[in-house]
Parts: sequence; structure tokens; C-alpha cells
Amino acid sequence: MDRLFYFFYQYRAFFTFLVLELFAAWLIVQNNQYQSTKFFNSSNHLAANIISTTQGVKEYFSLRRINTELAEENAQLRTKLEQRNQSLYNLEVREIKDPKIINRFDFVSAKVISNSVERFKNYITINKGALDGIAPGMAVISVAGAVGKVKSVSDHYAVLISLLNTEEFTSSVIKRTNHFGSINWDGKDPLYSQLNFIPRHADPVVGDTVVTSGFNAVFPAGVLVGIIDEVNLGPEAQFYDLKVKLAQDFSKLAFVEIVRSNLLKEKDSLEQITIGLPK
Amino acid sequence: MSRTGIWQFLSFFIYLLVQVVLMKNLVLFNTAFCFIYIAFILFLPIETNILLLMVLGFVMGFLVDIFYDSLGMHASALVLLAFVRNFWLSRITPQGGYDAGEGPTLAANGLQWFLIYAIPLIFIHHFTLFFIEAGGFGLLGYTFSKVFFSTIFTFLTVLLLQYMLPGQRRS
Repeated sequence: MDRLFYFFYQYRAFFTFLVLELFAAWLIVQNNQYQSTKFFNSSNHLAANIISTTQGVKEYFSLRRINTELAEENAQLRTKLEQRNQSLYNLEVREIKDPKIINRFDFVSAKVISNSVERFKNYITINKGALDGIAPGMAVISVAGAVGKVKSVSDHYAVLISLLNTEEFTSSVIKRTNHFGSINWDGKDPLYSQLNFIPRHADPVVGDTVVTSGFNAVFPAGVLVGIIDEVNLGPEAQFYDLKVKLAQDFSKLAFVEIVRSNLLKEKDSLEQITIGLPK
Repeated sequence: MSRTGIWQFLSFFIYLLVQVVLMKNLVLFNTAFCFIYIAFILFLPIETNILLLMVLGFVMGFLVDIFYDSLGMHASALVLLAFVRNFWLSRITPQGGYDAGEGPTLAANGLQWFLIYAIPLIFIHHFTLFFIEAGGFGLLGYTFSKVFFSTIFTFLTVLLLQYMLPGQRRS
């Protein structure tokens, strides 16, 4: 027994090293698991405060651009609303009666306080949290298009997993052909992402629009993701290699909207009854 | 606590703050990162106990991880650096040995020694960090370019710090 203790004592540096590294590895694996309410990330109070102060300084330099963008979005929405009203009037469509369907999605606006595009796994921190009704798993969009999903929340802040994250898969369709696949970033260029699992018999062309599919009920259907920029098909590949130019320039993200899907629970429980628990 | 002890205690928080407030926002050409916080472990006195070194490395890495939303990555890379540091120091002991109570600094041991000391250690740290982050060797070339340019960037910043910081230089 003494010899054993002596052995451990003699190599104490190595064993401490081993223990610390194993603990770190455990943390990494834990953190990779999607969706959680955790304390040790940038949504914790002190960290988020420091970050948002930094962002406050940085923001002054882009105020003008942000202002223009918001004004443009306003004008766009107003036009859209007016067009919608007109067409409803012409078609003599009565409004949908069920308020639950009308209010299927709520939008909560939030400010980005921390964002990165250079790493393999990029995250975004925003200044709205659990007290504003935000929960892990919700979709996040911006003026231009899809942004990501909520990963974890604290009372006043939330961390989003950005589309620019090699572990994030978003179900999307090619609008023209209705073939659906999965958007997954390859970790290289923050302006482009990959669309996977588009089968060989589809015929995507450069310029096709890619939108979210709405299959997972996280994103509303039809949110713009990007435009196909390059089409490649290996001689024996089953699926196309599609390079998609993202609609949102992530390095210029300032405001985002969190989509609260109010019927998500209902849809999920219905599917659970018929299909069984998701794996 | 001695005067250098207080200075080291303070520098822990200074390095951390500089890293998460300034350097986090400073990435050159999407590839060159600066991880200045490792300088804290690099410049602790030569006779610092390796156990203390690793624990400090873990705490520092863990705190940086909170801000980077990358729990565990910086911690594991910095613990590795702390583990290797003392072995490397004893391998490259200059003739006549180190002066007692001296830090492994540029002023004490000269530029050539400092290059040999700092660059491999910084490289080990960045190599571990970026390959853990990439989750394997899938993007070998791209990850390697990140490691390479970040090592240069961090080293230059560390070197600059060595020339600038008061109190670390022997007058």
C-alpha cells in the first residue's frame, strides 16, 4: 500500500495533469450537447455584463448602418402589409377565425451583444432571456434571413448557436424544386454554407433560393437561408455538393428576432403519440 | 504576500480582462487570433510548483471559456501548456543556470533564449486549442494555417509586452 501511495506521490504532477485534462474533456463533451440551461457560459450575469459594455462601445461605430437597415426593414414590412391587405380585399378572404393559428408565431426582438464568425463553433449572445419568454430550442431570424437556434438562457441573456457552427443542422428546402436537405456549415468561409442531402435526381441550379422547411416546427417555413452559389455533383455521389451564399452577413449582425412557436408543444405531442418518442 | 505576489495576483485578472474585452474582438484576416492570456502562465517565476501552475492554468482557461462559450477547450489547452512548461524550462537551461527568483523573461535571459522558450509553448497551446475546436483532423490545412498565424500573432504580442511591461525588467 505504501508503495502505491509512493508511486502516486512520485508522479503527482502527471496524475494531476491527467485529472484536470479529463475534467476539461468532460466539460467539452457536456457543452456539446445541444440545448441546456447552464451557468458557465456567456449568458451568465457577470460575463454578459462585461460583454455588453464592450459591445456598447463597438456599437457606436456601426450606429448609422444599423439605423438605415432598420428603416429599410420598416419600409419593407409596410409595403408587404399593404400588399397583403390589398390581395385579401380583392379575394374577399375572411380572416382566419382561430386566433391560435393566427398567433402561431410570436416575435421577440433582441440586440446582439457578442458574436463571432471566425471559429469553427460560433455562438451569439443576445440581451433577452428567460424573463422575456425565451427558452432553449427556439429559432432566431433577422431581417435578412435565418440566424440560428437558442442554446441556453439565463434570466436576462441567451446564447444562440449560430448557423455558422459546424454542429448545427437546419432543415431547408430548395424553393423552386421543393427538394429538402440540411444546411450545415463547413467551418471555412463565414459568407457561405453547405446544403447537404439533395438527391441526385434533383436539378438545383446556381441562383436557386434556399428557405427553411418548417418540418421541425422550430423555424417557420419559408425563412430565407441563402442562394445557391455553386453546384457540384461527383460522378458516383448520391447527393449534390451545394454551396449556398448566406442571406445574412453574420459579421454585421446587430438585431435579431426570436421566434416563439406557440403550437410547438401541440405538434410534438401529437407526433409522439403517433410516431413515438424522438431518438 | 510579497510585492511580486501581489503583482502576479493582479496580472491574472488583467490578462483575463484584456483577453475577453480586447483580444476577443481582434481577429486578423479571419485566421490570426491572439491569446494573450497564456502569457500569465508563461511568465510565472521559474521555480513555481507545477501543481500550482496547472491549477492556475485550469482556472484561467475555464474563465476564458465562459466568455468564449467553449467550455473546457481553453482550459485543457492551458493545462497542457502548464504541464509542459517546467520540463521545457529545464531542457533549455542556459549555461550557469537561471538566477534565483527570476521569471522566464526576455530581460533576464536574452532574445535568443526567449524565442526558443516561447514559440514552441505557444505553438503547443494553439495547436491543441484549434484542433480540439475543429473536432478532429478534418480541415487539416485550414486549421493548421490558423495555428500558424495565431502563433505568430500571439508571440509578437507577448514580445511587445516584454519590452513594455515595467517591473518585469531588471534595471
